[in-house]
Amino acid sequence: METVDLEQTPLRELNQKLHDLQGSSEKAEFKVLNPRGKHAVASGIDAPISVEIDGSVGYYCGSMNKQAEVVVNGSAGVGLAENIMSGKIHVKGDASSSAAATGIGGMVVIDGNASSRCGISNRGVDIVVKGNVGHMSAFMAQAGNLVVLGDAGDAFGDSIYEAKLFVRGSVKSLGADCIEKKLRDKDKELLRKILDEAGIGDEVDVSEFKRYGSARQLYNFKIDNLEAY
Amino acid sequence: MSGEGRWVHSPPRPSATFDEYAIAEIQRAAATGIYDIRGAGAKRKVPHFDDLLFLGASMTRYPLEGYREKCSTEVTLGTRYAKKPIELKIPITIAGMSFGSLSGPAKEALGRGANAVGTSTTTGDGGMTPEERGHSKTLVYQVLPSRYGMNPDDLRKADALEVVVGQGAKPGGGGMLLGQKISDRVAEMRTLPKGIDQRSACRHPDWTGCDDLEIKIGELRELTDWQVPIYVKVGASRPYYDTALAVKAGADVVVLDGMQGGTAATQEVFIEHIGIPILAAIRPAVQALQDLDMHRKVQLIVSGGIRTGADVAKALALGADAVSIGCAALIALGDNSPHLAEEYAKLGTKPGCYDDWHEGRDPAGITTQDPELYKRFDPVEGGRRLANYLSVLTLEAQTIARANGKNHVNHLEPEDLVALSVEAAAMAQVPLAGTNWIPGKSGDQF
Amino acid sequence: MCGIVGLFLKNRALEPQLGGLTATMLGTMCDRGPDSAGFAIYGSGDEGHIKLTVRSSEPDYDFNKLAETVSHDIESHVSPELHGNHAVMTVAADHAAAAEEAIERLGGEGIEVFGRGTRMEIFKDIGRPNKVADRFHLEQMTGSHAVGHTRMATESAVNAAGAHPFSTGIDQCLVHNGSLSNYNALRRELKRKGMEFQTQNDTEVASVYLTWRMQQGASLGEALESSLNDLDGFYTFVVGTENGFGVLRDPIACKPAVLAETDDYVAFGSEYRALAALPGIEDAKVWEPEPATVYFWERS
Repeated sequence: METVDLEQTPLRELNQKLHDLQGSSEKAEFKVLNPRGKHAVASGIDAPISVEIDGSVGYYCGSMNKQAEVVVNGSAGVGLAENIMSGKIHVKGDASSSAAATGIGGMVVIDGNASSRCGISNRGVDIVVKGNVGHMSAFMAQAGNLVVLGDAGDAFGDSIYEAKLFVRGSVKSLGADCIEKKLRDKDKELLRKILDEAGIGDEVDVSEFKRYGSARQLYNFKIDNLEAY
Repeated sequence: MSGEGRWVHSPPRPSATFDEYAIAEIQRAAATGIYDIRGAGAKRKVPHFDDLLFLGASMTRYPLEGYREKCSTEVTLGTRYAKKPIELKIPITIAGMSFGSLSGPAKEALGRGANAVGTSTTTGDGGMTPEERGHSKTLVYQVLPSRYGMNPDDLRKADALEVVVGQGAKPGGGGMLLGQKISDRVAEMRTLPKGIDQRSACRHPDWTGCDDLEIKIGELRELTDWQVPIYVKVGASRPYYDTALAVKAGADVVVLDGMQGGTAATQEVFIEHIGIPILAAIRPAVQALQDLDMHRKVQLIVSGGIRTGADVAKALALGADAVSIGCAALIALGDNSPHLAEEYAKLGTKPGCYDDWHEGRDPAGITTQDPELYKRFDPVEGGRRLANYLSVLTLEAQTIARANGKNHVNHLEPEDLVALSVEAAAMAQVPLAGTNWIPGKSGDQF
Repeated sequence: MCGIVGLFLKNRALEPQLGGLTATMLGTMCDRGPDSAGFAIYGSGDEGHIKLTVRSSEPDYDFNKLAETVSHDIESHVSPELHGNHAVMTVAADHAAAAEEAIERLGGEGIEVFGRGTRMEIFKDIGRPNKVADRFHLEQMTGSHAVGHTRMATESAVNAAGAHPFSTGIDQCLVHNGSLSNYNALRRELKRKGMEFQTQNDTEVASVYLTWRMQQGASLGEALESSLNDLDGFYTFVVGTENGFGVLRDPIACKPAVLAETDDYVAFGSEYRALAALPGIEDAKVWEPEPATVYFWERS
């Protein structure tokens, strides 16, 4: 395990070190100290390594991640794991807005709450939020899954495409073209698989969730839907 | 002719207000209940480079000999922070146009044409295709609000990144690609179901405002290890402030797109009524760069209605470092060609007017995803045509620069220009021809 | 477009550290607002007196002489405290209006009064925020709460008058991150109602709007609530009052905001970076204010 203290080492040096491992199959381990809200910490990794960050990070932590497992022992700023491709980002505290924005694959786990626009434009990442998500979460979400163990805020799933949304608590309001759907057995299976992967499969009863998705009424412009645009 | 008959019946008089376009649009709106969506840029007449003239050389300035005395055209973009700035042989780049809005072969042709003359091409809303990367020596990768097709592998293959805040055709608007053009491949690249209307967001999903853009640019630099230049593209609306803020947010290059700049598909009302002409946008943008002591340090690329070498030279004289072309490049490839007149007629239009690029029925095979149509388009031939056209633009700009005594096209300056109209004089801040008067400024000497 | 910091101390034992903590917070927000900076600090004061913060565009302005002239003019003593190109002029509360008028009348071209309060003093100037904080020795200031701001100018000029905070009334100040979209029309309307403006700045319009609402009898909380209907655009506001500290985000809530609370303080930062150096931050309750929700803390 290599320790990098961001009080002493510039962020550029840390990220370069992580980027230099691209293409390597070595399962290196890193510990990062004193991030103190810095931006783009551990962004752009493409290697099967693990990075543990002690403290809270700023914007875009772990963005565009491939293969790596990044753990944040603290909270994360805007755009956590933005455009994640694969691997796993786990935040022990809260995440700010646009967590896992435009993610393509892999998994993002947030132990606390996620703020507004969690999973915006999701394109395939699995997101598990143990607390609540803020307003406009899953806005324009195209694919992937969002699992919320707590409550969802206003305009949940607005203009959603084919992403699947699961909420155990309440939903303050649904956004345009987002509707509740039947929780079928195969949805429960999917949910269980995601929760297992997030490491909390044993703690959660999947039948307690409601499923939400697209009503597909806005997929092609119709004048009768004008109010929804 | 009998005098009486002449005065009984006045000839039919069309209304200037309710002209044939206004009437047809009211009728169309009433019939369909949806605003008109189309491609291309503003079609209304706006003050443009046509209203400017170069003075040339005479007694006070000495011209350079054509072909004999060197007039350079190379330009370097992204010298502020990037380890690898972009070096172009000509100051004319190909603007961002998406795979999706354009066919694969058309994108390939843009790459081939740009390569041949040593300039760059740009991806668009929909990601980078292998064909495009393969055929473009210098490729700028757009980071758009939709992030369709965006991924770190392509990001790291790019020679520069362009954060798109807005487009000249629609500053403040997103896009709309109608279902007809969402083929299997386009759908897959964008992670969307086939055949649905695809909306593009107007704001980025993970930042809003220049203070957060500064952080976004920082992230993009970290992702690319500070190697490549980062451009910021804005539609011309408040060019002074927008340019200043792009610089403050850390841009290496500012791309400023006037209202004549094209789009694949946007509401007609947006295209014609939002944003300002490029002629009016360049001087305020240059002023902002000068006020920040960043002119020529952060490069300015302007676009929107560039057609000729004269337009190129005028844009450079007003202070731009390079220009970008989109519509003109498509026309060079064969869009709106007279030989397709019969097929355009079947679509209810004619050569020179075809703008329903969003419908995907382009008989030229350029703005379509229909394999039958795009097979008609030969990317090698298209690339050659584009290279020819870019060469002509360059030769024309050089001719003008030499005539004004410059050994580099970027040495052209506003004082080499005069305006033919009061409007152009005011917008370009050059004197009305034959006077020392720049509207809004006191003229104390010739 | 900007960075905001705010610190409201619940524990009086921390009061000597207020300036130092605020200066550190402000320093982290330099990149968000490199053009100018400002802060309002709520220190000592008494009911019977008003402190007017005055700025001169000349660096070596003779504020002592101005205080003397004004004292003579209004027939009441004005005592100046000098802070570089700023001075805090303390005057008996019942002569405050006359003093403000006299300062602007007698002070000359480059003199502006932009803060008025029993306890609030406002300092603002152009330049890198950390430099501005140093210039006024923020780290040595003491008090109960402070609001700071770093500015990346959008549509109005980079000058000291356009820097935040804006004073919204006695002991009240406002800072803003975002960009209002209907401020020109609102400014015209407020002008018709007799309100006065010093700048072309959007935040000043928000500030004057709140002042006007409160003149109509609204509480600060009510004025903030009504701004949700009347102000269009993007904003995160932080306001200070003599004893309190409030936060409001617009309904879209695109501009960042983080709050932290411990037994000792409530702190606001545009980003977590601003809070990272606060004592006990590791165990603080840290959260993001909800959109369109007024948050307010008050010391009794």
